[in-house]
Amino acid sequence: MNITLRVWRQKGRDDEGRMVTYKLTDVSPDMSFLEMLDVLNEKLTLENEDPVAFDHDCREGICGACGVVIDGEAHGPERTTTCQLHMRSFKDGDTITVEPWRATAFPVVKDLVVDRGAFDRIIQAGGFISAPTGTAPDAHANPIPKPDADRAFDAATCIGCGACVAACPNASSMLFTAAKVTHLGMLPQGQPERASRVVKMINQQDEEDFGGCTNIGECAAVCPKGIPLDTISQLNRDLLGSLSKGIG
Amino acid sequence: MALKSAMAVTGVILVLYLIAHMYGNLKVFSGQEAFDGYAHGLRELGYPLLPESGFLWIARIVLLASVLIHIYSAVVLTLRARKARTDRYQVKKRVQRTYASYTMRYGGILIALFVIFHILHLTVNVIAPGGKSDSPYERLVGGFQPEFWYVTLFYLASVIAVGFHLRHGVWSGMATLGFNKASRQGKINTVAMAIAVVVTVGFLLPPLAVTFGLVS
Repeated sequence: MNITLRVWRQKGRDDEGRMVTYKLTDVSPDMSFLEMLDVLNEKLTLENEDPVAFDHDCREGICGACGVVIDGEAHGPERTTTCQLHMRSFKDGDTITVEPWRATAFPVVKDLVVDRGAFDRIIQAGGFISAPTGTAPDAHANPIPKPDADRAFDAATCIGCGACVAACPNASSMLFTAAKVTHLGMLPQGQPERASRVVKMINQQDEEDFGGCTNIGECAAVCPKGIPLDTISQLNRDLLGSLSKGIG
Repeated sequence: MALKSAMAVTGVILVLYLIAHMYGNLKVFSGQEAFDGYAHGLRELGYPLLPESGFLWIARIVLLASVLIHIYSAVVLTLRARKARTDRYQVKKRVQRTYASYTMRYGGILIALFVIFHILHLTVNVIAPGGKSDSPYERLVGGFQPEFWYVTLFYLASVIAVGFHLRHGVWSGMATLGFNKASRQGKINTVAMAIAVVVTVGFLLPPLAVTFGLVS
């Protein structure tokens, strides 16, 4: 395959950044998108140019490190992570535009790499449970209804890649925060801190300069893990409950 | 944090008002007496418990407060969203978002301008292309005569904007109030669409009927 790439190049946080066009020949349709970028970088290195910086780690779709906006869609045309997207999803001769996640809360570090520390700070604000250490309780000590367990697990599959923020017209991180609130809120271990968790996480989210959710649903539509949109409604319900109890 | 709840709650108040308003408008098809009687009856609602026009003034104050809170929250949240993404994408694809959802803010501005014009036109009667009148029925019939087709056209555009605003607004407000469980999403979407269509059609019938000479 012959591919023309338009890639966002930015030397550092303070650099203005610009789109640069590269041509690649002999791209295999079986390459992953990241392998295609590897090929580009080998070529650039041989030409004594700076390789394109991009985040990646497991390349198995489970770590959440990779993620770029491809032709205007977070993680590209397939509902998966960028590492699990293959070049067969494109056509020979295609021009592909590659950009970093764009959000004030996710400043560009270099090229396609953004700083997603804002997500960590939202989790630190309340996305955890406080449990005393000691012997693990018996597995059947706390019976949990199957639908609740399923919903908690579905929400817990969030890998924190940031595609929801990238796709949101308001650059809101609501789906990310809602996934964690739902995950912990469905389980008995999450109950003691349930009311304060949602308030603390939302306050942190606002402080990080994410926008507000307008329930458009682009986040859930691009989520590689299929986090359901109704987790946001569950977050809102918890939030209103906390506010009416005077927490927050 | 409370801004979105404020938008949702005031939105619910305004939607309920719109439905009541639309119901009143449709009285025009029962003739001048029914229409003017209904308008007059609103002034006496709650009398003698409330003073003359007391109910009307309570409704006006609640509506004005709702509109102001709704607009204030929308402006603050819009500015926050602008700040949340200052560098725009070179290429942006819409994955599943509806036309209604991305025209909420523009539609809101059009509706705000329309409401001001509408109050000056048919309530206060300052703008009266069809001649001033004390009868609400005559104000309505006079205001939408065929020679004032541009007024009807403006109403048409604005009411359709209200329809789109409700299509996404009802859905979004319900989500903000925490009702949009996965099992209910289909129903809420249907209800949002139904309210949008009924309100749009219900508000368009009277002016169009006047313009096309069905009511005179």
